[in-house]
Amino acid sequence: MTDQIVAFTYLSIVASVAGLATILVRSPVHSALSLVVVVFHVAGMFVLLGNGFLAAVQVIVYAGAIVVLFLFTMMLLDLRRHETERTVHRRQIWLAIPIAVLLFAEVAWIAISKPEISENLKGAFPPQTIDELGGSAQALATVMFTDYLLPFEVASVLLLAAAIGAMVLARNPDEESLASPPDMIEDAAGTDGSSDQPEGELSETPATHG
Amino acid sequence: MVDGWDVLILVIKALAIFIIVPVAPLVFVLAERKILGRIQSRIGPNRVGPWGLLQTLADGIKLGAKEDFIPPAGDRVVFWLAPLFMVVPAAMAWAVIPIGPEVEIGRKIGLWVTDLNVAILYILALGSVAVYGPVMAGWSSNSKYALFGSLRSTAQVISYEITMGVAVLGVLVYTGSFSLVDIVEKQKDMWFAIPQVIGLFVFLVSGIAETNRAPFDLPEAETEIVAGYHVEYSGMRFAMFFLAEYANMFLVSALAVILFFGGWHGWTIPGIEGLTSVLWFMLKTLALMFVYFWLRATLPRLRYDQLMAFCWKFLLPLGIVNLLITAVLRLGWS
Repeated sequence: MTDQIVAFTYLSIVASVAGLATILVRSPVHSALSLVVVVFHVAGMFVLLGNGFLAAVQVIVYAGAIVVLFLFTMMLLDLRRHETERTVHRRQIWLAIPIAVLLFAEVAWIAISKPEISENLKGAFPPQTIDELGGSAQALATVMFTDYLLPFEVASVLLLAAAIGAMVLARNPDEESLASPPDMIEDAAGTDGSSDQPEGELSETPATHG
Repeated sequence: MVDGWDVLILVIKALAIFIIVPVAPLVFVLAERKILGRIQSRIGPNRVGPWGLLQTLADGIKLGAKEDFIPPAGDRVVFWLAPLFMVVPAAMAWAVIPIGPEVEIGRKIGLWVTDLNVAILYILALGSVAVYGPVMAGWSSNSKYALFGSLRSTAQVISYEITMGVAVLGVLVYTGSFSLVDIVEKQKDMWFAIPQVIGLFVFLVSGIAETNRAPFDLPEAETEIVAGYHVEYSGMRFAMFFLAEYANMFLVSALAVILFFGGWHGWTIPGIEGLTSVLWFMLKTLALMFVYFWLRATLPRLRYDQLMAFCWKFLLPLGIVNLLITAVLRLGWS
């Protein structure tokens, strides 16, 4: 038990410090890298709770995909010159601090005054059931593909629609003419590029389109 | 029950990883130069030591003696951390790689450090972390070539990670387990390379792209961007990038052997089954390493748009079709 407490203390301290660093450091890249540290230590806490599956998914999704995309965008935008300015959202801070304090107080109050709540929050899968099923991944799969099959499928269709929607919206209509060179030449020679513009508001700024 | 011996065995296993991961690349670098030489009708390195055996060691000493230059306009801390993000995941992944079956030397010892029940996910997670090496190196160098290299590497690794995951899923459908030891045990009668031949193709191509090797070595294409994300690195830090590349190739080869080529299974000699099993595993892994070198010597580098189109428009649909076929076959089987 003591080794678990030592591990938890380490994980929580580093995660908290890195979390503070994420919002306090000036360089956006350092901020994103601090977020990676947070993600790793939260994954460590999942391991401590005996859920290796969740830990792996946490690292794959958050550290491996989301933060990498943040960094990717930052590198493309070159945010380095904004590092010296400190942006403080003055209006938000007056709302954010009380809400944070309130949330923290709420969690602390529940943890201290009502220990029976955390006792009853074991759910349908106490550790021995998970062991019988063969591990946390199996336990998760059992629930996901029986009781929650429909919500799971609906969520996956929603995500697919969002992904395809983003691709369709981000698609540049000019790119199609680039893909087929003969069309492009014909276009450039025949209609001086005005035919592929949507009529109305965009026609005032032809320079941005060509 | 855990006693002193168990702890000692664990320490020995961990030490073995610490020794093999940095030393194996020394051998592979020489092997690659020799094989490339032979394929190109050259002799390859043959000056340092007998048959050029000490060439890599000499190169290592040379790199160690060089100045460790940090670009003054770059980011010192991130620049310093980037090579570690390359090497450490490659070493950590070996903790779950089983190189042989359970052997009996006084007591039952599994030839793996730990048999994690989410081993495959653990390796995929480490693979997704490895992308931070190029990202951090490219950004902190404050150089346009390094930045281009790291942008290419990031896009490439993220894209091919997906196809690799889809290829692995085919094997998981067959085994129903994330544990690498279970996966190898299930291939006792038939290698998964036979029913999963499409998955094997997708996995190997993704593996080559994930390790940024020819013909997918766009992130370090010397004719376009000098050396890519590690262009500003010198001395031992450059050596670490070099080491990580070979360590990752070794890891992907070992993983392919475990997932598709039956791991340690092979004809064994009675009495020394443990030893022959490990030899089989090493032989298969080295054969795949040879494929890496072979491809580098024979295939030209792709164009960047071809690389991305190949992943998203060909490999990913192929992997999904393979997954569908596997699922249908699996249902028909049971």
